[in-house]
Amino acid sequence: MTLHVINKTPQNKSLYLNMLNGLSSGDAILLIEDAVYSALEAHQSLFKALSPDDIQLSALEADIQARGLEDKLSPRFSSVNDQGFVKLSCEHDKIVSWY
Amino acid sequence: MIDKKSILIINQSAPYGSSKARESLDVALTCSIFEMPVSLLFIGDGLYQLINNQSPDALNMKKHEAMLSALPMYDIEKIYITEEDLESIGLTENDLAMPVTLIQRDAIASLIQQNDSVLTF
Amino acid sequence: MKFSLIVHASPFSAQTSSTAYRYAKCLLEEGHQIFRIFYYGDGVLVANQQIAPPQDETNLLTSWQLLAKTHNLDLVVCIAAAVKRGVLDDNEAQRYDKKNANLALGFELSGLGQLAEAIAASDRVITFGN
Repeated sequence: MTLHVINKTPQNKSLYLNMLNGLSSGDAILLIEDAVYSALEAHQSLFKALSPDDIQLSALEADIQARGLEDKLSPRFSSVNDQGFVKLSCEHDKIVSWY
Repeated sequence: MIDKKSILIINQSAPYGSSKARESLDVALTCSIFEMPVSLLFIGDGLYQLINNQSPDALNMKKHEAMLSALPMYDIEKIYITEEDLESIGLTENDLAMPVTLIQRDAIASLIQQNDSVLTF
Repeated sequence: MKFSLIVHASPFSAQTSSTAYRYAKCLLEEGHQIFRIFYYGDGVLVANQQIAPPQDETNLLTSWQLLAKTHNLDLVVCIAAAVKRGVLDDNEAQRYDKKNANLALGFELSGLGQLAEAIAASDRVITFGN
């Protein structure tokens, strides 16, 4: 199982496409830095092929708050703090960074 | 001494315009010298690294294609691209600087699964 | 768990170097071990002791130094990437006939072999790139 960490805005479609192609069942996606904008409801088409039972979707709390998105996120994404980032890193046997 | 952890390096950067392609190759060669099995996957803009007939003389830069051709000497022979990416840029295997293994896009996930560690450039 | 970090982003033009620092700090607070932090590409720029950010901005260099001192961290800066960007230790300054060394205290210059070793020795490797 792999943790996929991505840090670019949803405008970088091919980066998202490459990440999505790299997903296996049981993997998780964590949005950090500018990638947290992808958790807006308007961008959920990016993740439409994913089943929520299969791929865990989260976004980093500090980046969400910094960007004023706290009350604007799609309910598909859970907000995780830095401890949550570390916990996700331990729960998955490798980490792939998409940047 | 060093565990033989297998490494997949995912290359998504075009050559010349940034230093990422170079930096990635340097890491690949080093890991191979340390006897770690290295696989390279070129996707998205990374595929441009493999185009043949590169002539960067006027840029005063090293020929990326030539560095890539050194890979087999370092026992790096697992070089993957996707059929979909190649088709999307309108080129064929004849336009590439070296022999590669063509895979389907949906095989990227298993490449990631099969390797112990994954680096991206 | 044993972690290594690869920091591959400029501390000045991207948030990523600061994210890496927060992550490293949190790892240690959570009781994990950091085998090595390897700075590569523009990531090496954080190891220049001459960095002098404005007073109202965080100084990432001193943050890393303090963390390294407290937890005895191995902060390795890619020597090839550093030297070409003018980040030199005493040996390299002498070798290239430069007046001053400027590698910050707590960091060491070394080769990519240190990265390969970190990958081999760690349970998890995470790249902070931009």
